[in-house]
Amino acid sequence: MSYASGGGAHAQSQGMVDHSIVGQITAAQNAARLRFRLTFVAVWIAIIVGIGVALAAANAWDWEFALESGPVIVLQGAGITVLISVASIVGATILAIMGALGRISTNPILYAIASFYVSLIRGTPLIAQIYIIYFALPQLDIVIPAIPAGILALSLNYGAYMTEIFRAGIQAVPRGQREAAGALGMRQAHIMRRIVLPQAIRIVTPAIGNEFIAMLKDSALLSTISVHETLFLAQRLGRSSFEPITALLIAAIVYWILTIVFSIFQERLEKRMARSDR
Amino acid sequence: MTDEPLPDLGVRPATSTSGYARGSSLPSHIGDPIVKIEGLHKYFGSNHVLRGLDLEVRQREAVMIIGRSGSGKTTLLRCINFLEEPSAGTIEVDGVRLEADPLHSRSRAFQERVRQIRLRAGMLFQEFNLFPHMSVLGNCIEAPTRVLGLPQDKAVERAEYYLEVVGLGEKRDEYPSRLSGGQKQRVAIARALCMEPKVLLFDEPTSALDPELIGEVLRVMEDLAHAGTTMIVVTHEMHFAREAADRVVFMESGVVIEQGPPEQVLDNPKHAETTHFLRRFLDQ
Repeated sequence: MSYASGGGAHAQSQGMVDHSIVGQITAAQNAARLRFRLTFVAVWIAIIVGIGVALAAANAWDWEFALESGPVIVLQGAGITVLISVASIVGATILAIMGALGRISTNPILYAIASFYVSLIRGTPLIAQIYIIYFALPQLDIVIPAIPAGILALSLNYGAYMTEIFRAGIQAVPRGQREAAGALGMRQAHIMRRIVLPQAIRIVTPAIGNEFIAMLKDSALLSTISVHETLFLAQRLGRSSFEPITALLIAAIVYWILTIVFSIFQERLEKRMARSDR
Repeated sequence: MTDEPLPDLGVRPATSTSGYARGSSLPSHIGDPIVKIEGLHKYFGSNHVLRGLDLEVRQREAVMIIGRSGSGKTTLLRCINFLEEPSAGTIEVDGVRLEADPLHSRSRAFQERVRQIRLRAGMLFQEFNLFPHMSVLGNCIEAPTRVLGLPQDKAVERAEYYLEVVGLGEKRDEYPSRLSGGQKQRVAIARALCMEPKVLLFDEPTSALDPELIGEVLRVMEDLAHAGTTMIVVTHEMHFAREAADRVVFMESGVVIEQGPPEQVLDNPKHAETTHFLRRFLDQ
């Protein structure tokens, strides 16, 4: 309502509200939202076109190579990247649950082992862990092929970080849940397996999604032990045909699209879980 | 236990008429002592919360514990099934006797005795503590199947029976998130009944409820009390205590000050502390 003087110009008198104002506000808000989105898309397109023009001007992008080798990088490389990441997140989750149980254990031996694992792995570079498993262990006659070695390294590394995530998740389950289960006569292992862990896993699912997306990108480090994943193929094909810019850009785009796809997937999953929650 | 037919909740004839607490006359439905608490002490750090408390509860008796907050009511209840570890004293539930031994309570044998007590004493919480990831039925059959070893179909049958008792038979497939607070507490009561414990322990079961939801829970509890369920209830609902209690116990500073039939303790208290508490309480 307006406070302007000379009331004759205003249809509504004191105490009466012009209800069309509600519709006007909603329309204005919708228009603002649409303008924001359109601007967003326009800026992205402008940046991408700008990069494309720059590449064309420098004669850096080779369509012939892109069409010939691109499918190999995308299909084979991305396939191996996803496969390794999925296998490693499963391994890491199992290690993280065991690690978390150790970290909350009142048994000093289990606690010490779990703490040592987390400390050692988090205190050393992932690339060093990959090298130790693939290049150093053979000296002790332990030879692990590249892909299993890569999965082992990623599982061990992410398992250590995720141990803390699971520990926090387990501790976030309300105390009353354990008490109620205990009061029903359940034993500790039963309480953990059937009451606490299922709730903890729900709590940490968004965090595991983040870890998975980070792992998609860290799996590129396995190119150094000649796992034929996205970056490895891009580098090899780019080098042999003297087209590193095109090859590496294709690899980068593959990782980018993968992370976008899994982010959307994760967002959906989170929304679904939020709906079914309490 | 698994082959027994579902128990009816009807009042049974008394098996004993031996002396009621403090020599007063014993109502005819009350049976032999089933819960015995002797010399119970509990320290939280240096805070002496329970100070040598003695209490006996008989079969089919409904005992309501009243007293101001901080008097140790809830701690007493939680000590009975060792959710809180007693510092000293003895707890006996249905013949399972366990002396507090805080220095050795982590041993397997001790924990198994605790579990045996817990199987005999069902617990209801202020915050219900239903398992949110399980349906109402899932909540009710989890412990009967996996702790008592009841076959699935027997456990489901039993759960359906007790869900009817609390008036929630049609909610068996809902998840706790879809229930009101009063419904949650009634499911929690059904879940406890599914273990067919010898005694039910209620820890302020209506304190977390909106006022309009309290009645439905108290009604179920009153039905259980009148049907001869042994229960120990920590409550602030004086009207409910008057209606449903066989005995009211007034606690202060970690000991029992006064106890007896509700009309005696609530209407003609003998002790100044009781009078003072009731006056302050009823003034509110």
